[in-house]
This record gives sequence, structure tokens and C-alpha cells, in this order.
Amino acid sequence: MRFGGVHALSDIDLDVAQGERLVILGPNGAGKTTLFNVIAGDLRPTEGTVEVEGVRVENLPARRRPEMGMSRTYQRSRLFGGLTVEENLYLAVLGKEGRHFRFVMTSKDADYRERARAAAERVWLGERMGVLTSDLSHGEQRQLELGIASVTNPSLMMLDEPASGLSRGEREQLTELLLNLSREITLLLIDHDMDVALRVAERVVVMFDGVKIVEGPPAEIRANTQVHDIYLGRVTVNE
Amino acid sequence: MTDVKLDEGAREPSGRPGLTGRASSHYRRIRTMGWRQLVPRLLLAAVLIFIAVWILFVTEVSSAQAAINEPGRFLRSILDSITNASLYFIVASGFTLIFGLMRTVQMAHGSMFLLAGYIALTFQRERLDINQGISPEQVSASNWLLPLIFAVLIVSGLGLVIQQVFLRWNAGQDLRQAIITIAISIIMADQMTANFGGVAKDITWPREIHGFIETENFRYATHRFFIIGVALGVGGLLWLLLNKTRTGMVIRAGVDDTPMVQALGINVHKVFAVSFALGSALAALGGVIGGSHASLAPSVDAEWLLHSLVVVIIGGLGSLRGAAAGSLLYGLAKSFAPAYLPASLTNYSIIATFAVLAIVLALRPYGMFGRAE
Repeated sequence: MRFGGVHALSDIDLDVAQGERLVILGPNGAGKTTLFNVIAGDLRPTEGTVEVEGVRVENLPARRRPEMGMSRTYQRSRLFGGLTVEENLYLAVLGKEGRHFRFVMTSKDADYRERARAAAERVWLGERMGVLTSDLSHGEQRQLELGIASVTNPSLMMLDEPASGLSRGEREQLTELLLNLSREITLLLIDHDMDVALRVAERVVVMFDGVKIVEGPPAEIRANTQVHDIYLGRVTVNE
Repeated sequence: MTDVKLDEGAREPSGRPGLTGRASSHYRRIRTMGWRQLVPRLLLAAVLIFIAVWILFVTEVSSAQAAINEPGRFLRSILDSITNASLYFIVASGFTLIFGLMRTVQMAHGSMFLLAGYIALTFQRERLDINQGISPEQVSASNWLLPLIFAVLIVSGLGLVIQQVFLRWNAGQDLRQAIITIAISIIMADQMTANFGGVAKDITWPREIHGFIETENFRYATHRFFIIGVALGVGGLLWLLLNKTRTGMVIRAGVDDTPMVQALGINVHKVFAVSFALGSALAALGGVIGGSHASLAPSVDAEWLLHSLVVVIIGGLGSLRGAAAGSLLYGLAKSFAPAYLPASLTNYSIIATFAVLAIVLALRPYGMFGRAE
């Protein structure tokens, strides 16, 4: 992936197994979010391919992703502030199921609303259904994002720094939520911060400067001196 | 209970879980409101009290006299404000709908207004087979309604074409879209002058709503009440559309964050197309009513673009409530200034509009109901 003359990503080769928990670590500017945007269809790669369950998707627009079982969150909260918690969740269901552009609510609506409620309860927001999203606390907004990403029963869930801006207590809860996710969901998680990520991860990929540096189980990454050096700014990548 | 546990991280000192963020900052703001906030508020209150006292008690100087002596004139000014505001609202709600969702400043909105007026005018004259000087007695309801429907359909279709052909591929590029729509408005203005001439013309109201509602010492044109009714209907329907339908929910979400609506798997382009057609239809509805109420002539398009801009700047871009509040405030300023300024100064009544704009923007830079980007 190139932006003008800048190689934001190069030679990234990543295989994710179904149901796996893969965490992508790396300092700011490593290309984690760019990688996400390419997978999620917000950016088209200059070269290379993205395959989901054997289907090439790199040229499909972002709005076609949910029907393929993909969902994502963004680094900064991207909720609809003028809508309630319930409406936010409902829209997500609609995006996946409501294939036809319909003006009015239909009989399927009750089902959609039920799914919205179930998702809200999964992320502990059952009591806050009628609240405007802009009135939620930051922690609650992050929970709601997780709810939105999971309400469509995705097979692949991509979370971009879900822990950013959370207090220690909220991080604990977030970790618990992530660990409780159904094992059928493949989880792809970006973080530049290790505490939540390494507890959730089964496999970790460390990126730096648009390149994959190391990959392995959390314990190995924790002990890896090169990773430490990257985080302390002592390394430059071999060209 | 999981809920209480959930809020541990961000619990308020009061110990009430869930009441976080906004509410507490609101209280803080009131407590610490210093003279910086207080002075403008006091000034505004003083200005409002001065205006009220002036209108109520100061006689002789203004053309409408003091309201306490001439309640009829005062009532007329109020009704004029509301009827003007109604028409502003019909047109500006379309403008704000388009802007709110697509961030497109539709600079050809006034052209849609004028074109719809001319289409309805032509259609009405064709149906009656009279070329000028039609009196309301000759016009049945259908000879007004059918031209209206025809004009609204054609102009909303045209809006759709403009959006699909010229704007869709420029999504997010506000400046380019503004320039494209300015170009369209100039072309349309010239074409309309070429086809419909430079003389002011007007559509004729049907006999059903022509005439006056009269009491002993007060009479007021019936069609002006009709305009108020249409505006209330448009406001109500738009509210229902935005708050009670799926499409409305998607539109509201799109106002907040369009790319995210896409990421959820919703085809936002369809919603854009619907909104643009609807916004154009509202301009067209306003154009036919405006062309019956006042008249159609070159430069009316620019006038109505300006009205729409003023209303949404006062009310806040992209907000339906803002369009209603902005229309009302603008309507009040437009009707009260000429009536209650000292008679020697009525030529300057336009300044009242700018005074309202300046005051609103000084206190709320995003308009009364606008939100910061």
C-alpha cells in the first residue's frame, strides 16, 4: 500500500485461521490501521490481494463487507451521536440483513430489535437502550462499539485499539468482554498497548514501519528483545 | 449486578452510576460562569427588553404605532412574520436536509424554487388556456394542485439528475460541489430568463383559498393561513420521516458519520439520492407557493437562495429544528423591522436581518441548533 511516495505497507503476508485471536502490535505509524483499512475495504491496496474465506475482496467497497461476515471498529469512536444505543445497534443489523431499501419498518423489525437488545445486554448496556449515544461515557461508547461489531454475528471481527482512552477498571472489563466472545468469531485486534492485547491474543504480529517484524505467541513476544527495542525506539529496520 | 460494576471506572462523586460526562460538565459550567459568559447574556436580555418596550409603548415614531394602541397592526405583523417564516421553512428545510446529510451547499436551491414556479405557471395557463390576467374565480383547486404536483415531480427529478451526474463523484469535496452548483444556477437563471422573459408573473391561487378572513376591525388573506398549514404539514411529515422510519434513521446516522454508515453495510448513495430529490421537491413546493403568494421574476432565485442561507445560518446547518427556529426569527426580523422602525429609517430595515445574524453567531457560532463538526 502506497500513499504517494510513502510505502505505508509492504510485503505483509498474513494468514488468519478461523476462530483465531490475532493481535497486531506496533508503535504509532507502523501501518496497523492502514492494514485494517485495506482489509476492511476503506482503502484499495496498490498491490496485492485480500481474501476472506477464499473470496478475493480487495476491490469490493466497504459496504459489502458486513454481508461477508466482517465487522470492524475504528480507533476513534465512530458512533452516531444523534441516535440512541438501540438505534445504533439496529442500524448495524439493518446494514447486514436489510438488503432492500425499504422505507417503513416491517415485520422483521421486531426480530432486529430483539437482536439489538441481546447485543446491548452482552456488552452490559441493556439498561441504557434509550440513551443518546452522545450522552454515554467514553467507556460505555467503547462497549457499544463492541456491541455493534458483534450484533451481526460476524465471522471476522476487527477491532482498532478498543482499549484506547479507557481507565484501568474499564480495560479489565473490556478484556473480560473480549475473552467471553464466541469462539466461532475470528478476532483481529490492533493495539499499541500491550496489557489488554497480550491477554486476549493467541498469536501476535509485530509491525514496524509498514513491515512485519516478528510473529509468535504472546509469551514469546513479551520476551523478544527486538520488540522491546522497537518500543523504546532503539531499532531501525534493515532496508 | 453487572451494570454497577460497569461504571466503576467513571463513577461520579455522587455515587450515581451512569450519570457521567455531560451532566456533570453542565453543572460545572453554570457554577463557573464568569463575566465573559454573563455580559453577552445580559446585553442580549437588555436588547430584547428594549425591543419589546419599543414595540409595545413607543408611539408616533414608527409606521405601525405602539402595539398597545394599535393591537390590530401588531397582530398583522405577527401573522406576517409567521406566514413568511412558513415559506422560509418549507424552502430552507430542503436546503438543510441536503446540507446536513451530504455536506453539499446546494447553491442552485433558489433555481429549483424559481423553475418549479415557472413550470407550474406555464402548466396552469395551458390548462386554462388563458395567457394572462387570470382571476382566482377562474381557477379550481385542481388547476392549482395539478400544476403544483407536476412542478414538484419534475424539479425533484431534476435534482436527482444533478446529484447523480454532477455531485455523486465529488462526494466530500465541498468547494467543488459549491462551484458546480453555482454554475448550474447561473445556467438555469439565463435559460429561465430566455424562456419565461424578464417580466414578473404570478401563479393564481384557486378560488377556494382566495379572499379574506374578516372580523369587525381585522381582515387577513386566507391563503396566508393556507401557507402556515402547509408548513406545519411539511414540518410534521419531515419529523415523522426522520424519526419514525428506517430511511429517517439512516439519514440521521448519515448526518453524524457517513463512512461509518457505509461500513455497517448500508448503501448510503441511495439515501443521498432520496434526500437530494426530497430537498429539491421542498424547494419546488416552496416555489409554487411563493410564485402564487408573490411573483416569479429573474433574481427571485438568488433571493430565495439567500433566504435559505440566512435561515440555516441562524438555525444551524443540517438541523430541522434549527430550520424552524431560524425561519421564525428571520420572519420576525423581516416583518417587524419595517413596521416598527422609526418611519424615517424603514429603508434600513434590512439591517435588522444582519443584526439578528450577528447576534446569533456571536452567541452560538454554529447557529441555534447547529453542532460543531
